[in-house]
Amino acid sequence: MSTSFWSFANPNKFMRLSGALLPFTAVIAAALIVVGLFWSLFATPSAELHGQGVKMLFVHVPAAFFSINVYGMMVVASLIGLVRSHPVSHLAAKSAAPIGAAFTLLAIVTGALWGMPGWGSYWEWDARLTSILILLFFYLGYIALWNAIEDPVKAADLAAILCLVGSIFAFLARYASLLFPTLHQGSSLSVDADTNVDNSFYYPLLVMMVGYFFVFVTLLLVSVRTEIRARRVRALRLAER
Amino acid sequence: MKLEAHAISCIRGGRRVFSRISFAIEAGEVLILRGPNGAGKSSLLRCLSGLVPLAGGSVTLSGLSEEVLDLSDDRETMQSQLAAIGHLDAVKPGFTVAENLRFWARIWGENDNAEARVAAALTRFGLDHIAQGLAAHCSAGQKRRLGLARLSVAARPIWLLDEPTVSLDAASVAVFADLVRAHCAKGGMAIAATHIDLGLEAARELVLEAAPRGVQMDEASDDPFLDEGAWI
Amino acid sequence: MTSIFWRDLALAFRIGGGAGQALVFFLLAVTLLAFGTGGEPDVLRSVAPGALWVFALLSCLLSLDRLFQADVEDGSMDGLMLASTPLEAVVLAKAAAHWVTTGLPMILAAPILAALLNLEPAAYGMLILSLAIGTPALSLIGAIGAALTASVRRGGMLLSLLVLPLYIPTLVAGAMAVRASAAGFEAWPYLGMLSAITLGCAALAPFASAAALRITLS
Repeated sequence: MSTSFWSFANPNKFMRLSGALLPFTAVIAAALIVVGLFWSLFATPSAELHGQGVKMLFVHVPAAFFSINVYGMMVVASLIGLVRSHPVSHLAAKSAAPIGAAFTLLAIVTGALWGMPGWGSYWEWDARLTSILILLFFYLGYIALWNAIEDPVKAADLAAILCLVGSIFAFLARYASLLFPTLHQGSSLSVDADTNVDNSFYYPLLVMMVGYFFVFVTLLLVSVRTEIRARRVRALRLAER
Repeated sequence: MKLEAHAISCIRGGRRVFSRISFAIEAGEVLILRGPNGAGKSSLLRCLSGLVPLAGGSVTLSGLSEEVLDLSDDRETMQSQLAAIGHLDAVKPGFTVAENLRFWARIWGENDNAEARVAAALTRFGLDHIAQGLAAHCSAGQKRRLGLARLSVAARPIWLLDEPTVSLDAASVAVFADLVRAHCAKGGMAIAATHIDLGLEAARELVLEAAPRGVQMDEASDDPFLDEGAWI
Repeated sequence: MTSIFWRDLALAFRIGGGAGQALVFFLLAVTLLAFGTGGEPDVLRSVAPGALWVFALLSCLLSLDRLFQADVEDGSMDGLMLASTPLEAVVLAKAAAHWVTTGLPMILAAPILAALLNLEPAAYGMLILSLAIGTPALSLIGAIGAALTASVRRGGMLLSLLVLPLYIPTLVAGAMAVRASAAGFEAWPYLGMLSAITLGCAALAPFASAAALRITLS
């Protein structure tokens, strides 16, 4: 049997593969998040400026990181869905949107709570906060368009166009928001060590990052499987008419 | 000129509408589509007009130029040979009857002698007395005639007609049948879905069957979500 | 293409009241802003550049939902798909007609509105220039949103949800240009950004909108 990468876009193959993967990703996600949370909350020192509030970092940084990257994944999935008309690819983009929106909201809320002691207010029109807020709007618009169109085949293609157009404008908005003054610190994790946080923060943060990734994959698989089942129910109903 | 459909299939909204339909129609001919509601007459016409992508098969047009045109490759060239009338009349209530028609004369035909074509069409369909009136005040029958008059101002050889005679009286049906006859005499062709007899001598018929209910296992690969498999 | 432009324009003037309504809308919006802020000249002066740009994009948005929907609902769009002009050109013509009824009145009314909002006199020229360069982008981006929601009944709220985030870069560049020149700085970098956005939209929007319309009508 020839298995190319594209063959997993067939709903049956996807159901089989995802059914086999799901228990593993779920266990890994749960283990990493539990370990990461205990490590980061109870085994790290508190900072002078933020006090115990610094521990928001372990929830905030991965959420902010994945809020952007999930949108990137949606762009790729939408492009594949449009060009090669793979229904599962469209459904993957559709399923990723609410998860991405949740990460974005989490990043905004934790960011606001974290900002309070440091900046003295919950919200500042700071470059990075603003661009992540705009990202939330793009997620919500994408979800709304899917929900507004009855025919799932048309909804998939139209939402994919919105996702692609949106990615260009989200990119522009990101740079437009740089015109605002920033209060944000630089990247917390990067290859050049200058801006990196202390090692006692670095490793638990890394565990949380990987944990978030597996949480995302698990939720995505569950959601795509539900979407595929819903589409099958719809197809069977239509065939009965 | 010859329009051919080679085993075309159509899937809309995840539902198979018709399968493997083939026919050929030459200049001067009329093809009447018959079949019960839901057999896919409207969908077939929308597929032929290039608005709905084909799920299988091909539509070709030969005799227009040297090479044979294919609907999926040369869509815009083929669409510029078509005039299509659907359930909706594309009438703008804010324009007068003449203005409505003048717009379509420019969109579906050449700019020169548009005025003459519009005047002739208005006379033919008995609309000249209300030509300067707003289309908002037209009756359903008048709107339908205005919709059909778009055909006679168009300079297009292939007509696709979806229930063209709805809400027309007997006299108007005769006028319309004459228009189709004249069109074919000039070397045009028409494909019409209709329940009533237009009284066209040269017409051939294509009967569409209603799509069978239930899941068709042999066609299951059309909709990947209907495929039987590892459903857990 | 020109016949589609003139037809849309004529329809807008006959049914929608055309540019006149847009002008009244701007006056009302400025009045509301003055009431809302208590009419303090200094407050108005500081918010004027942003507020004028926000009004421009709101008025653009208000008439956007019928841009394609009216033609889809009455069957005209099916006929336009068969026109000898490509669908992309049809989109461009309709967006141009939309700009004439919303963007152009804003540019013409800009000096009066700016006077009412107490804008720095030095920024008047830049306000008009930035609106002239930027408002076509608003109509073009709006066309994408209108095409995506052409089949959605009562899609006005959905349309604003889709289009307003897309307007952010245009708004930032336009308002910054006016603010910079009001504060006596160089506004050319922002104006360059604005021109780039408009040109980019002119290249992108017809294709994205036409693709969306083809999907909607299939």
